Amino acid sequence: MLKELLVILIASSLVNNVVLSQFLGLCPFLGVSKKTSTATGMGVAVIFVITLASAVAGAIYQFILVPFNITYLQTIVFILVIAALVQFVEMFLKKFIPGLYQSLGVYLPLITTNCAVLGVALTNVQKNYGILTGIVNGFATAVGFTISIVILAGIREKMAHNDIPEAFQGMPIVLVTAGLMAIAFCGFSGLL
Amino acid sequence: MNSVKERLVNGIVKENPTFVLMLGMCPTLAVTTSAVNGLGMGLTTMVVLALSNVFISMLRNIIPDKVRIPAFIVIIASFVTMVELLLQGFIPFLYDALGIYIPLIVVNCIILGRAEAYAYKNPVIPSLFDGIGMGLGFSVALTCIGAVRELLGAGTLFGIGVMPESFVPVSIFIMAPGAFFVLAVLTAIQNKVKIIGERKGKDMSKIQSGCGNDCLKCSDTGCAKRLIDEKAETAEPSREKAEKPKKVRKEIEIEEIMDEETETTGEEENENA
Repeated sequence: MLKELLVILIASSLVNNVVLSQFLGLCPFLGVSKKTSTATGMGVAVIFVITLASAVAGAIYQFILVPFNITYLQTIVFILVIAALVQFVEMFLKKFIPGLYQSLGVYLPLITTNCAVLGVALTNVQKNYGILTGIVNGFATAVGFTISIVILAGIREKMAHNDIPEAFQGMPIVLVTAGLMAIAFCGFSGLL
Repeated sequence: MNSVKERLVNGIVKENPTFVLMLGMCPTLAVTTSAVNGLGMGLTTMVVLALSNVFISMLRNIIPDKVRIPAFIVIIASFVTMVELLLQGFIPFLYDALGIYIPLIVVNCIILGRAEAYAYKNPVIPSLFDGIGMGLGFSVALTCIGAVRELLGAGTLFGIGVMPESFVPVSIFIMAPGAFFVLAVLTAIQNKVKIIGERKGKDMSKIQSGCGNDCLKCSDTGCAKRLIDEKAETAEPSREKAEKPKKVRKEIEIEEIMDEETETTGEEENENA
């Protein structure tokens, strides 16, 4: 059991990296990666939300959708649950843990529209993961996201003063960087 | 009839969702490993887009303004589920190839963007053709990107070998990194067109970098707009929340531009730490 969880942990965070090999959560990956500090904040917020969302979505799937035989409604249910969850988390943090809200609050609204959250919930169902396995998978996926966004932010900080051809300034050079990172991450596929 | 044609041209050329507006980049990168997959994804999105546009346009006088975004999401998610089941039943090979990216059509910026920008304000027939036009534009773009990747990465086109025997496929183009490189070249071309156009004094404001450029800045086109609206409608403590994305944007800009002004940025530094 523990071994299985460890395999999932490595597979989802490094081998099948959510951004670099599955292209989920591309918007924040490209948009919020100008500074390492902001990237880290976003990463932590994503870890928090995805872990929570995969727990809630998993529970709803196991205890409501499966018993009533309405699993075909999963997409509709998940998207609404995730949207409501992020709102709720934001309100909860603001009211009860203001310290955490101070550090994560600004990133939470950006996560509502992050397709990685819905993607993880759907992957968990597709791969027949239980609730615990689902949570581990969600956590690992989010860690993978954090790793890649922090690395990208680091590279972008270094690149800021480079002399880049006019047409490649801005987004194109970031995409080239992401492509090179994706090649590097391909190397992890030998891990499993 | 005129407006129908205008809508189609608008979607395919003037406001092409991929090449001009740069929306919906996740599926664009993920499923374009071959021309067939790209075409399949494009057409699937088109069906959902056309149906949801029609439905939202029909209900535009019934849906209250305050809850319109959740209502749109429910409508879109329903159509996506229907299309997903139909694909599973009738075109299983495409269903297997597209996998998880079919349900993820729900969070595609293009669909919600068109619902909000067009279908909610216009009658049924133009909305239908707006959806079809935009969907066709998306399909054309995805098929082109898929064709380029397939040609370079496997030497085939729609599954038929077209390259000479001596051609060695650069298989990285059908793997994940290739998607980034192809998109990088695409955005570079787009940049170049924009730069040349601006030098000639043309209005190039329509060419955008979508969310790709900066998630926090795309408030007038895609994701952030959606989230501002979503915030604005949640009852009373909404006002301060609704302004948040803007505030975030300002904070980060300040951080970047005037790092020496520690007095104003000190607070955000703490937040981010």
